[in-house]
Amino acid sequence: MDPIKKFFSTFLLFELLKGMAVTGRYLFKPKITVHFPEEKTPQSPRFRGLHALRRYPNGEERCIACKLCEAVCPAMAITIDSEQRKDGTRRTTRYDIDLSKCIFCGFCEESCPVDSIVETRILEYHGEKRGDLIYTKEMLLAIGDRYEEQIAKDREADARYR
Amino acid sequence: MENIQQQFVEIFGTEWGSMLFSFASNMTFIFAIVIPLLLGVAYLTFAERKIIAYMQIRVGPNRVTFFGIPWLRGWGQPIADAVKAMMKEIIVPTGANKLLFILAPVLTIMPALAAWAVIPFSPELVLADINAGLLYILAMTSMGIYGIIIAGWASNSKYAFLGAMRSAAQVVSYELAMGFALVCVLMMSRSLNLGDIVNGQQGNSLLNWYLIPLFPMFLVYLISGVAETNRAPFDVAEGESEIVAGFHVDYSGMAFTVFFLAEYSNMILVATLTSIMFLGGWLPPVDMEPFTWIPGFIWLLLKIAFILFFFLWFRATFPRYRYDQIMRLGWKIFIPITLIWIVLLGLIMQLPESIRSSFPLNIWF
Repeated sequence: MDPIKKFFSTFLLFELLKGMAVTGRYLFKPKITVHFPEEKTPQSPRFRGLHALRRYPNGEERCIACKLCEAVCPAMAITIDSEQRKDGTRRTTRYDIDLSKCIFCGFCEESCPVDSIVETRILEYHGEKRGDLIYTKEMLLAIGDRYEEQIAKDREADARYR
Repeated sequence: MENIQQQFVEIFGTEWGSMLFSFASNMTFIFAIVIPLLLGVAYLTFAERKIIAYMQIRVGPNRVTFFGIPWLRGWGQPIADAVKAMMKEIIVPTGANKLLFILAPVLTIMPALAAWAVIPFSPELVLADINAGLLYILAMTSMGIYGIIIAGWASNSKYAFLGAMRSAAQVVSYELAMGFALVCVLMMSRSLNLGDIVNGQQGNSLLNWYLIPLFPMFLVYLISGVAETNRAPFDVAEGESEIVAGFHVDYSGMAFTVFFLAEYSNMILVATLTSIMFLGGWLPPVDMEPFTWIPGFIWLLLKIAFILFFFLWFRATFPRYRYDQIMRLGWKIFIPITLIWIVLLGLIMQLPESIRSSFPLNIWF
C-alpha cells in the first residue's frame, strides 16, 4: 500500500472500525450456548458414563465373577471378591468401582462376557464426602435396575457393530 | 423548597436554620447522585458481561433472578456479586504498608465520586454550579491515579508495583491529550462552566453540538478517556495475562470492590463528560416537538449509555496495546493532533467577523 493511503487509513481508524463491525455483527448472531440443566447436547448410544451392573430378565444378576474387568482395568479401579453360591454358581460378594480412579475407557464393558458391567449415559453424579465415589455392588445393581430399559436399548442399537 | 427552609429557620433559629437547611439539602442531593451512580455501576458490570458475551456468541449471566421471576433472569447477578464481595475477607499482605494499603482504595474512589459534583444533569439540576467546573473535573480525574500508585506501592509486590508504574505513566501521558482536547471545547464555548458549555451547543439540531466542528477532538477525548480509565485496549495497568491483575493483585473482598467501583464510576464519568462536552449534554438531538417532550435528564442518560456501549464494544473488539504503542499513540499522535487543532481553531476564531460569517454553512463560529 502506498504510504499516503496507509497514513489515511490508519489515521481514520479504518481497520479498527472494520474490527468493530465484526464484533457488532456478532452481537446479533443467534447464540449457540446450550443451557445445560434445561437443554442437553445429544449423546451417542456408546456414551461412557456412570457404570451399572445388569440382571437377566428373571432377576438373576449377570455377573459371574470372572474378574476379566478387574484384570483389564487400566486404572485398577475395580475390586472384586467372589465365592461359590449354594446352587454351585460363582458369584461376586464384593464389586467396587472407585469412580475417582476410573478413566471411563470402557474396557470393562468390552471385556465382560455376559454383558453385566456396562456404562450408562449418566454423567451428572457427584459425591459430597470422601468415599462417596466408591460405588458398591448394591449401588451398581440399583443403577442397572433403574436404567435397564435405556441400557438395553443402547446395547440393541450398538449390537450390529460389535 | 422554601417551605422546608422556613421550617428549619423556625425550629433552629435564623443562623443555624439556614445553615442546617443547606447542609441537609446538599446531603440529599449528594445521596441522590451517588446511590443511582453506584446502582448504575452495578448494572454497568452486568451490561458489560452481557454485551461482551453476546459479541462472543455466548449468553452471559442468566441465572440469578429476583423472586424467581423468569424474565428477570441474570438481573440479580450484580447484587449477588456485591453481596459476595462484602462477605469476603480483606487480606492485608504481611509485607504491606497497612495504612496505605487500606487508604489506597479510598483515595481512588473519592475523586471518582467527587467529580460528579459539578456535572449538570439538566439546566437547573447541578450540585455545585461553579465557574471552574472543567478545571475541577480535570483535577479530580487526575487525583484518581494517586490511589493506584499508592495501592501498587503499598502492596509490596512486584506485579502490583509494575501495574502502578504502567498506570501512572499512561494516565499522565493521556491526561495531556485529554486536557488539550478539552481546551478546544472551552475555546468554542468561552466558558469553564459545564452548564455554559452545554448551553453553547444549543441550536436547532445536533449539528450545533461540538461533535461536528471538533470531531477529531471528540475521538481523541474518547480514546484518551478509555486510556484514562485503564480500560481495554489500554488496560496494561491490569494486564491479567502479563502482570496478573496489576495494582490490585493483592486486594480482596470489599477493598477490591472499591477499586472496581472506582473504575466503573470513572467510566461513567468519562462517558458523561463526553456527552456534555461533545454531544450536547441534556439537549435533545433535534429541537422539535416530539424530542423536546422527553426531559433533558433522559437525553443525557441516553447519551451516556450510548458512549458506555462503545466502551464495552471496544473491550470486546480490540486486543491490548503493547506498552510502547500506548506511549507512541499518546505522545506522538494525540498531542500533535490536539495542538494543531488548537492553533487552527484559534486562527479561525481570531478571524474578523466578516470573513468568518462568509464561510459556507457555518453555524459554529
